[in-house]
Amino acid sequence: MSSTAPPPVDLGKGSAGDERLLTVSPLRRLLGRPELGSVVGAVAVFVFFSVVAGDFFQASSLSTVLYAASTIGIMAVPVALLMIGGEFDLSAGVLVTSSALVSSMFSYQMTANVWVGVFVSLLVTLAVGVFNGLLLTLTKLPSFIITLGTFLMLTGLNLGFTKLITGRVSTDSISDMQGFASAKKLFASELVIGDVTLKVTILWWFGLVAVATWVLLRTRFGNWIFAVGGNADAARAVGVPVVRTRIGLYLGVAFAAWISGQHLLFSYDVVQSGEGVGNELIYIIAAVIGGCLITGGYGSAIGSAVGAFIFGMTSKGIVYAEWNPDWFKFFLGAMLLLAALLNAWVRKRAEATR
Amino acid sequence: MARAKTGVRAVGALLAAVLGASLVGCSSTGGKRAADARKAQAEAVGKAAVSTPRWTFAMVTHSGEGDTFWDIVQKGAKEASAKDNINFLYSKSDEAQQQAQLVQAAIDKKVDGLIVTLAKPDAMKDVVKKAVAAGIPVITINSGSAQSKEYGALTHIGQDESVAGEAVGDELNERGKKKAVCVLHEQGNVGHEQRCAGAKKTFDGELQNLYVDGTNMPDVQASIEAKLQTDRAIDAVVTLGAPFADTAVRAKETARSKAEIDTFDLNPKVAAGLKAGTLGFAVDQQPYLQGYEAVDLLWLYRYNADMLGGGRPVLTGPQIVTEAEAAQLEDYTKRGTR
Repeated sequence: MSSTAPPPVDLGKGSAGDERLLTVSPLRRLLGRPELGSVVGAVAVFVFFSVVAGDFFQASSLSTVLYAASTIGIMAVPVALLMIGGEFDLSAGVLVTSSALVSSMFSYQMTANVWVGVFVSLLVTLAVGVFNGLLLTLTKLPSFIITLGTFLMLTGLNLGFTKLITGRVSTDSISDMQGFASAKKLFASELVIGDVTLKVTILWWFGLVAVATWVLLRTRFGNWIFAVGGNADAARAVGVPVVRTRIGLYLGVAFAAWISGQHLLFSYDVVQSGEGVGNELIYIIAAVIGGCLITGGYGSAIGSAVGAFIFGMTSKGIVYAEWNPDWFKFFLGAMLLLAALLNAWVRKRAEATR
Repeated sequence: MARAKTGVRAVGALLAAVLGASLVGCSSTGGKRAADARKAQAEAVGKAAVSTPRWTFAMVTHSGEGDTFWDIVQKGAKEASAKDNINFLYSKSDEAQQQAQLVQAAIDKKVDGLIVTLAKPDAMKDVVKKAVAAGIPVITINSGSAQSKEYGALTHIGQDESVAGEAVGDELNERGKKKAVCVLHEQGNVGHEQRCAGAKKTFDGELQNLYVDGTNMPDVQASIEAKLQTDRAIDAVVTLGAPFADTAVRAKETARSKAEIDTFDLNPKVAAGLKAGTLGFAVDQQPYLQGYEAVDLLWLYRYNADMLGGGRPVLTGPQIVTEAEAAQLEDYTKRGTR
């Protein structure tokens, strides 16, 4: 390889040229972003609740909404990446609870510094991620089935182990143990400015979104994710390490579940063993509202964040608007359909103008 | 096009048939008409009886979706709100984190009073203390009597689950039972565990726990059936929620067991069952009272700085209900207040 650049190829007028080298106008590039539809939806929801609910548009309420969004959003980021890679993870919801349970019970039973429990929990959670990824590769079964199995097994393990070890359905309090204060700082601290309380999960969330966006758009691994999700066989044929990519994606979900689980533990210092069931669908909803295709190969991390924000606004907005909470699920379902339709429409327009 | 037209016609014919049937086939008993008559009687009341300003009270519970028990609590709270000129807000979530966020939302709204359940006390600790610090009077209901005072609540209204369980054990002894099953329909519910543990403590015979999935009735029935079929010596089944009593009765019939079915909580079916003798007894914690008193006590506190209970929990149960009281309670359960 010589270090001098090759002379520019003169394509001349009339020759078609390479489409990948075409300059695209900024507006067109914006239209092609997966999260565009969800941003429009988010603005609409925000304006709607600001008008309908008097208490919604004030700093303290918005910080509550942001916190609610972050607890979903932290998980929605890796779930969105996984869906871009063409796979599901139905065990993500209970994995959060598992991670918190392992951390708490290990520290308590071993009378260890809580950081030991936090570290062990990370290993266990990542192991579940590897288990999901490996099983997917070895059995060739759809990830929907594999992770459904993991989901059920984890639900049972959460209840069974907790009962076996503590004799109750929730863990023992570890708030008086060494290392609790410092771990709480990292996972569950809050910054109070006036009457606004910003929780640290919001920072974790933004951080994860930034990292995931960088990975997706600027790294080789990001290209692999899109390739595997678009067409796994074609990706394999051109030398993309499909197995490693998938396991990497499941590890990502596990890592985020570990963060969420530690947040649960250090916010409340006692963990209920039966929780987390059903949340996996909420993460998927957030990713889909944010523009991820259920078939893979398309989506963005920012979109998942917008989806989570919409979820947070809706779930809390209904409270601020003083509506009957029985209707919440209805709104959520309607919003999911609307968002998916809007996304499809925007995508079609963007492809048509190309 | 022709096919679409016949489709429309078919739907039209179906609608006409349904309407016609509903006009012709009237029921002279029960149904909505009877309910409307009852409602009209009830609506004769319901005007505010006080001249205090319109305060806003929020209730945040750990209820799941569509729960009969919490529906009755809400009824009590709403009726007290109507009387006390209160703007009553209700929200719920069975996930601890979500419930804490809902309490935070109530604090953001700067409500004048807060009613909260402490089924997951540790998760609610910080946010309840925050409400107290913000100057919002807090009353805890239903669960969390041990933590209520520590978190700064004015009082706790509810039933001590261990005491209620012990009452069940005593009642089973009086009825001469030897082998009982306690059916837990919500894995991970601390209060449920306490009930069964309390019953075990005072019951002289043998008591086993049976875990079932309460969100899936056929599964509940199958589990109880299997248990009764495998162990013929079982002579009492205790369910922890009213809807499960009826299911247990069916399971008992299918399994041809001799066991007596007893239950926590009331509903119209349980009242009818007690009256008919298919159920032994029910342990009621009077949910209506929990909602009603919570709103009323908050109003009293705001109006007159009064507080009931002398620093101890205000107990609404256990109240053992048998065949003797069933007839009287049947109307109240139909009304949805017991």
